[in-house]
Amino acid sequence: MSTQITEEIPEAATVPPPGAAPKAVHGHRRLLTRRDRLTLGLMAGLPTILHIALVWVTALASIALAFTTWDGIGFDSIQWVGLQNFKELFEQNPQFWPAVQHNVIWFAVLIVIPTPLGLFLAVQLDKKIRFSRVYQTAFFLPVVMSMAVIGFVWQLIYNPDTGLINSVIGANEPGKYIDWIGDPDLNLWAILIAASWRHAGYMMILYLAGLKGVDPSLREASALDGASEWQTFKNVIFPTLRPTNTVVLVVTIIEALRAFDLVYVFNGGAEGTELLSILVTSNIIGESSRIGYGSAIAVVLLLISLVVIVPYLVATFRKERRA
Amino acid sequence: MLDNLPSPSRRTLLRGIGGAAVLGAGIPLLSACGGSGAAADPKTVTLGSKASDPVPKKAFADIYAAYQKKSGITVDVNTKDSNTFQEQINSYLQGTPDDVFTWFAGYRMQFFAAKGLATPIDDVWQTIGGNFPEAMHKLSKGEDGKYYFVPLYSYPWAVFYRKSVFQQYGYEVPTTWDDFVALCKQMQKDKLVPIAFGDKDAWPALGTFDQINFRQNGYDFHVDLMAGKAAWTDAKVRKTFDLWTEILPYHQEGSTGRTWQDAAQTLASKKAGMYMLGTFVAQQFTNKADLDDLDFFAFPEIDPAFGQDTVEAPTDGFMMSKSPKNKAQAVKLLEYLGTSAAEDIYLKSDPSVVHATTDADTASYTTLQKKAYEMIAGAKSLTQFMDRDSRPDFTSTVMQPALQKFIRDPKGVDSLLSSIERQKKTIFASS
Repeated sequence: MSTQITEEIPEAATVPPPGAAPKAVHGHRRLLTRRDRLTLGLMAGLPTILHIALVWVTALASIALAFTTWDGIGFDSIQWVGLQNFKELFEQNPQFWPAVQHNVIWFAVLIVIPTPLGLFLAVQLDKKIRFSRVYQTAFFLPVVMSMAVIGFVWQLIYNPDTGLINSVIGANEPGKYIDWIGDPDLNLWAILIAASWRHAGYMMILYLAGLKGVDPSLREASALDGASEWQTFKNVIFPTLRPTNTVVLVVTIIEALRAFDLVYVFNGGAEGTELLSILVTSNIIGESSRIGYGSAIAVVLLLISLVVIVPYLVATFRKERRA
Repeated sequence: MLDNLPSPSRRTLLRGIGGAAVLGAGIPLLSACGGSGAAADPKTVTLGSKASDPVPKKAFADIYAAYQKKSGITVDVNTKDSNTFQEQINSYLQGTPDDVFTWFAGYRMQFFAAKGLATPIDDVWQTIGGNFPEAMHKLSKGEDGKYYFVPLYSYPWAVFYRKSVFQQYGYEVPTTWDDFVALCKQMQKDKLVPIAFGDKDAWPALGTFDQINFRQNGYDFHVDLMAGKAAWTDAKVRKTFDLWTEILPYHQEGSTGRTWQDAAQTLASKKAGMYMLGTFVAQQFTNKADLDDLDFFAFPEIDPAFGQDTVEAPTDGFMMSKSPKNKAQAVKLLEYLGTSAAEDIYLKSDPSVVHATTDADTASYTTLQKKAYEMIAGAKSLTQFMDRDSRPDFTSTVMQPALQKFIRDPKGVDSLLSSIERQKKTIFASS
């Protein structure tokens, strides 16, 4: 279990850019032979090139392509169309605004339901109750599974004809029919339950790691002062979890913006469950693809991510530097 | 930004990095796999295949083995997962494709022909033309009137039912729209689901639209509509949706949450009376007795001017890539693939489809196959299916969600149709 914990956390934290090789101190520089320098150069250079090619060039290329139409056949067929793609997207695409809305709902639900639940579970497990390892494993299990697999599992539960829920409550008959997957008023919430089921475990493990870092003497002191359990949590423990909360918020925003696999497996982003990531995919992948249009949607997704993430990170880092 | 770079470096740079970068890694890998180095070997023809499922894969392999035995020419097959093959067809054909590749008839073939990514094969058709009915000739031509495609097999769409159910309730096969609606009403009274329906994958509804539209408005209008020439706001299209609205209450409830396989089960378990789908629905009838009980009829006539003259029959076959390394042998191979002998071999291993040729040996056909074959052979015009008759990007990003919306809310059809038309214009205007 413990290895999974340590593996999961770096994904959440901001990853340092690859290629940042340790700098040699001036006085020791002479000790490096030509070969050492070559090795170091390769170790730093190759990842840098890969990073630039696979991250920056692609991002910039897709921004450029957002102002073109291109079917992916021959580079001569790329045509500049200016803001046409965006205009079409905002004014004509019936799936675009629902998709933006669903991404927002996705974030709100994740932050309101599974995140406090994860915190609650973590606090309970931190008390070293009996079988706490068993509970920990049980709650963490969904996090280990891929979202696509979770999608398949929950489909078995939600399937309107043969699924668990409808079979148990008898809602698979004409007249009483509940269409969990197809009904646009229901399907988003059905999927969000599955997403929350996984997210709660994820949050639990983050908070559990945060709680391990709380100095035991703080608890002791508050116990000596006669604070109740709730008071201890509210006034002593929770404030010390501030760095963890930062990570949790960023992780949840990212989860909401990159939501894709679960929905893609569940119903392919049909009415009621449209998401930006799915619109990007359905426009770009395929035999006669609309690469320009799909890129325009991707740019919108990128802008939303930046608007949310950048100010928050700036504020957080400024605060931490001051502290 | 791209135009400022010098030409040769722009190409290599973008081919290498940009391709992977923009479209997701893996795409250039496919083109790299093509050709497989056997370029100059005059005794080898390379063939890119999307037949990755075990049954068709073996059936195709049998054809190539028979050809090698007959001609001494090796067919070097490069099989890709069929979905991957379809998604990457663009970059595959632009890279170093195999001499011959498997593909679909219809707009999907014409699109690549018009882009210059396929070689016209009029010479092949001079040899094989006599083997095919008129409708197949029409299907194999590009927009420029040249032949680009060799059909191998085909399967029709129709309304499926169980003989025993029709017998039990004394139903008769409806041939006109009024009979069809009356039958639906009667089935509902008899506590059956009149029309099984599952549109979770979003494509089955396209088939229902096709049937009603070409019965009501005829083949020519249907083709124009699919090609982006006719308007979706045309009163004729509105009429199609009105007719659909009329029978929508008889369709199985909750269809957007149900797969076609699950819908087929309601027909198999005799809870539903009818089911409109391709003959592949038979795959869901695993019990031999149930399969023998399965039958179908052509979608009923709506406008007597058109009767039942159009049959939706998706056709799969072969094309030749833009600059084959061994063109002489590729032509010979295609000539062989256009014979009944080659199709016989295929059908022996995969009996879910029927011959595309007219002089086929139908002796070993099942009853369903015989009926399907006659239906196709007797058709005046063949359509392929909406996503093969029209631009796939239009059908997948606009039509699939639009029809799902219609099924849930048939009253909103007017705003839906104008939204389809607006989106269609921008998609068909590009490239």
